[in-house]
Amino acid sequence: MSVALETMNSPRKSESGLSRWANNHIKLLFVGPSVVFVATMIILPIAYTVVLSLTNAAGSVSRPFDFVGVDNYTMWLSDTERFWPATGRTAYFTFTAVALELMFGLGIALLLRKSFRGQGLVRVAILLPLVATPVAIGMMWLLIFEPSIGFANEFLSWFGIPGQGWISSPDQAMNTLVFVDVWQWTPMMALILLAGLTSLSEEPDEAARVDGANAWQRFRYVTFPLLWPAMGAAVLLRSIDALKTFDILYATKGRGGGSNHEVETLNILAYGESFEYSQYGRASALLMLFLFFIVITLSVIAILRKTGTRT
Amino acid sequence: MRFNNGFRRSFVAMAAIGGMATLSACGGGTSKPAVDGKVTDITVVTGKNPWSDGIKSHLAEYKKLTGVTVKLETYGNEQLNDQYKVKLNASASDFDVMAFQVQDVMREFSRNGWLTDMTKYVGSAGDWNWNDFQKSARDSVTLDKVIYGVPLMTERHVMYYRKDLLKAAGIAVPKTLDELKAAAAKLHNPAKKMTGIAMRGQRVPAVTQFSSFLYSFGGDFQKNDTATIDTPEAIAAYNFYGNLLRESGPPGSTNMGWIEASALFAQGKAAFYLDADSQAYTFLDPKSSAVVDKVAYAPFPAGPAGAHPYSIVPWTAGINKFSEKKDAAWAFIKWATSDKQFVSLMANDTVPSPRNSSWANKTATDGFPAGLVANVKATATTAVGHDRPQLEQVARSREIVGGPIVTAIQGGDVKAAVKVAQLGFQDLLKQDSAK
Repeated sequence: MSVALETMNSPRKSESGLSRWANNHIKLLFVGPSVVFVATMIILPIAYTVVLSLTNAAGSVSRPFDFVGVDNYTMWLSDTERFWPATGRTAYFTFTAVALELMFGLGIALLLRKSFRGQGLVRVAILLPLVATPVAIGMMWLLIFEPSIGFANEFLSWFGIPGQGWISSPDQAMNTLVFVDVWQWTPMMALILLAGLTSLSEEPDEAARVDGANAWQRFRYVTFPLLWPAMGAAVLLRSIDALKTFDILYATKGRGGGSNHEVETLNILAYGESFEYSQYGRASALLMLFLFFIVITLSVIAILRKTGTRT
Repeated sequence: MRFNNGFRRSFVAMAAIGGMATLSACGGGTSKPAVDGKVTDITVVTGKNPWSDGIKSHLAEYKKLTGVTVKLETYGNEQLNDQYKVKLNASASDFDVMAFQVQDVMREFSRNGWLTDMTKYVGSAGDWNWNDFQKSARDSVTLDKVIYGVPLMTERHVMYYRKDLLKAAGIAVPKTLDELKAAAAKLHNPAKKMTGIAMRGQRVPAVTQFSSFLYSFGGDFQKNDTATIDTPEAIAAYNFYGNLLRESGPPGSTNMGWIEASALFAQGKAAFYLDADSQAYTFLDPKSSAVVDKVAYAPFPAGPAGAHPYSIVPWTAGINKFSEKKDAAWAFIKWATSDKQFVSLMANDTVPSPRNSSWANKTATDGFPAGLVANVKATATTAVGHDRPQLEQVARSREIVGGPIVTAIQGGDVKAAVKVAQLGFQDLLKQDSAK
């Protein structure tokens, strides 16, 4: 007892200056490595990109370049040939894909809500598209949708419908790729919404049933409002990725988003500008504009989510 | 425990930070540094092409000869250039020999300071004989009197056709572009899933194949620093290429590069396929081709200005400027491009050799498809040495110049498209000459 008291009260004479400092700043020491990591891997590259966006760096970053101020930004904002159509396509792709994924995900979640025999198997089966790598998926669908030797047109011919261009047709390419994206990511939406649904209590639903509400009314007035936060979270999460979709677009259409730039979104445009044209200054400016666009979109979604839960 | 809490905590913290620092410093390259100046391995980065496919089987031989292990890394064409740009911007030294597409990137890479000047290596190679390489090949790897690489193969435009289909329909092998148009139209049968002709139609890849049509109509991309794609000859060539693909080509041709178009021919679904002669191996491999016995070769047909297909050096082996094993890299290149190697590659892997002596060597030409040898001889004096615009920003220029091709295939207003393309291309040329 007295030994313990002694150790507690007497100063630790054998403590070196370093271990004393470490003791006093223990929080800093533990947070230190991750701060260093975030700073070097995220903040530094973004800062460098901002710097590059104000220059005309091209070819190689070791070649001499000049500062051109906001010239790159004005160039992109006034480019009605590639930039604004790409922005439009990014918005169209994201909105359409996420809306369809939300709709189908909600449907699947509602169906899987009640437990039934074989539900484990069904849950695994619908997860399979999610697990496959996007490039492999792109190549697979490219083959399926090939107009001459692909299965899709073969399938249509069984019903007497003429073969379509699908991915190779400039008009249908975007919608076909929206379909591929919906095929791949609906399971994720379904999972999140299912988690949200199972966390809801049964009481409001039962009370509504007792009051005589039919299935649609129960869904519209009870389930839907209660599920809003989960839906908001699902849409937010999915939108972050959908805005930046690259793999399936690049794997199927290649550089420039196809011969008529039919699926060129901002990400594909930026990739081409950096890797094909080696215009690092212009590409950096484009990426900054893209980042700004993403932040605005996500803020809108986050605000909508909050206002929906204000009761 | 003798150590008190404070010491233990700071010790653990220091060990953690130290461990993390060491781990991050260990992000290494793939080639070990020379041990006492003796090199034990080198890394060769290349795109997928007949040369890389052929040399793979000889690497063990090289190891036995010199004790140097060669690591061969193969990428698709576009991924290769992306890799180079990412790695060389960071002055990477983890690869030594770099195979690159001379016409696409030599100007840019040399101005970036990424390619080693090989003039001295080549000049002091004696028996290896630089002068044995074809003159146009030697010229294409030289810029402002500096030699940046050694040609690995040559490539010409050739017409692949199905001799069985032509015989059955009683059609003679086309010798002019008009005859080709008629033959393709006759053999075009969408109901039976047979397309008359398959060619690249994707905006950027199609430019190089379109070039032969352009030259055979009497046009060219540029005359020094002046863009010439709006001449009547050029417009006629654009229209011809587009009409041919639209009327007798497969659906979705504007999405086809050489891989997709050649796949159609290899599966027996196309009667004609016009593209590089270095792709012959894809049709002669029984594992992936359904037309091994039915494919035949003929020279590019003549247009109004004669037959002027391209004959270029698609791949060149250079040395990474940041490599620490330049001498070992040169030793490998010297061995891999010796006339002995080329005779073997030509005979066994259908690699069209860039050396004059290979084409005069019976072993080499005997193993090479006869129709292709005849094509090389037929086009020796009439071929054009470039198949794309010649300036630093080649990629961008191909996008611009490829626009009217796509418009023509889709049946749009070619004259308007050419006008726009001419302005854009002229602008680029002006920028390039200002450097």
